[in-house]
Amino acid sequence: MAESVIKTEKLTKRFGDFIAANELTFDVKAGEIFGFLGANGAGKTTAMRMLCGLSIPSSGKATVAGFDVYKHTDEIKRNIGYMSQKFSLYEDLTVAENIRFYAGIYGLSNKEIKDKSEELVHQLGLEGETKKLVRELPLGWKQKLSFSVAIVHQPKIVFMDEPTSGVDPVTRRQFWDLIYAAADKGMTIFVTTHYMDESEYCNRISIMVDGVIRALDTPYNLKKQFSANSMDEVFYGLAREAKRTGD
Amino acid sequence: MVAVQLNNLSKKYDKGKIVAVDSISFSVDKGELFGLIGPDGAGKTSIFRMLTTLLLPDGGSAVVDGYDAVKDYKAIRGRVGYMPGKFSLYQDLTVEENLNFFATVFGTTIRENYELVKDIYVQIEPFKTRRAGKLSGGMKQKLALCCALIHKPSVLFLDEPTTGVDAVSRKEFWEMLKRLKQQGITILVSTPYMDEATICDRIALIQSGKILSIDTPDAIVRSYEGSLFAIKSEGMYKLLNDLRSYENTLSCFAFGEYHHIAFRDKMKNYSEELLKYLENKGHKEVEMMPVIPTIEDCFIKLLKN
Repeated sequence: MAESVIKTEKLTKRFGDFIAANELTFDVKAGEIFGFLGANGAGKTTAMRMLCGLSIPSSGKATVAGFDVYKHTDEIKRNIGYMSQKFSLYEDLTVAENIRFYAGIYGLSNKEIKDKSEELVHQLGLEGETKKLVRELPLGWKQKLSFSVAIVHQPKIVFMDEPTSGVDPVTRRQFWDLIYAAADKGMTIFVTTHYMDESEYCNRISIMVDGVIRALDTPYNLKKQFSANSMDEVFYGLAREAKRTGD
Repeated sequence: MVAVQLNNLSKKYDKGKIVAVDSISFSVDKGELFGLIGPDGAGKTSIFRMLTTLLLPDGGSAVVDGYDAVKDYKAIRGRVGYMPGKFSLYQDLTVEENLNFFATVFGTTIRENYELVKDIYVQIEPFKTRRAGKLSGGMKQKLALCCALIHKPSVLFLDEPTTGVDAVSRKEFWEMLKRLKQQGITILVSTPYMDEATICDRIALIQSGKILSIDTPDAIVRSYEGSLFAIKSEGMYKLLNDLRSYENTLSCFAFGEYHHIAFRDKMKNYSEELLKYLENKGHKEVEMMPVIPTIEDCFIKLLKN
């Protein structure tokens, strides 16, 4: 059995009377692609912020990459990658400058930065584009570059918040090829998406409803458990019971 | 009767360097639910903004409800409803104030056209004193739709109304559109979600400012040449790589639970040979069957041609 990279026990976040995330207990193994699903307002972002060391839980326990989410938030930030639908790339820096910037922030040496830049540029097929401003790149390229800089320091785990919104179906799949390849090398992928077909690409999936994890298993078992033909049906069946509305 | 007509409509940006809309022509019939399906940057928003007279074309022409999109811009603005992709209501006005505002601007009242928005408005009415900026994504979307409808437009333009919205709200939204269609309103809607295309009467698949295909969803699916198979095994990533290196594979890509694969020779049956190939590669529990292509399969094929 692979080691757990994320481990939570009754992890909870309250805002006043409102329980945004309610006693979440789950673990994610090394090299796993873990899909974290839920309707808008279900509590996904709150949970993710706690796991990334950006928000201190109200109660419960959790470790990420072996570090405690209460005490070791700085170590967590150094040991994870994060990519959101809103790109954190600098639009007015070039491709090469963005890679150098992120690699520098994560403390890579000059030698490492040089090697890593060449490797990334080659892997993404961006050889002719390194001097282009990121602003001039098509959305699909930005997403691929965004993912690459998020894992430039080779974190054990990368968190991705709706990474594929808005791109064409071919680009969306090329992006998943990158995810698969990273997972194949042992990196853990923690991903949210609104595309239900993408949830099928995950090894396991959790579905949050109103702050609670209502289901957690492989796509195959979830479909069996809820007698559904597709993940879309599973999700729809659970998420429409939600009482809460909100983002 | 034609409600919307585009003739070689074009739009360029950045001193002509970027062609956002490349001489596009199509027409939408009165009462039709018409979908523009394509990814970000395909030109959907530029088309909508030209049809709603918010952007001047660089070439070609467009007619909306009998009026020219350049010359008769005032007439068009009074007759169409437009829901932009970006939430554009007044964040610091309440739900009710926003709706009232839009009714007044168009010279009508909420009461006069209440029947049209009733189904949607009752869902947000409990929050009518809440400021629009404080609403959830799904509720913002419903309010925006009400505001675009309150003057009983002849043509409704909805630019990516379901982007970033969860699967449940997306389904509800499309149910609302079907009901509006029954009231005779012509609807042009854009979306990057291929699965929503099937609900439209007709769709245009667009990419890089050009139309790849335009027809009913059924006809587009029927026009898919050759056979398509779904296949899965224990190790899906390895399977994808192995299928791509199989000599007779034309294209293979992940598709939900299965991978979809098409072969070079459309007429030949490769099943037996392929299963043997995969067995040699060490795959277990391989399952393969023919499938009917979806709109997404068609789009992928058109993109690759």
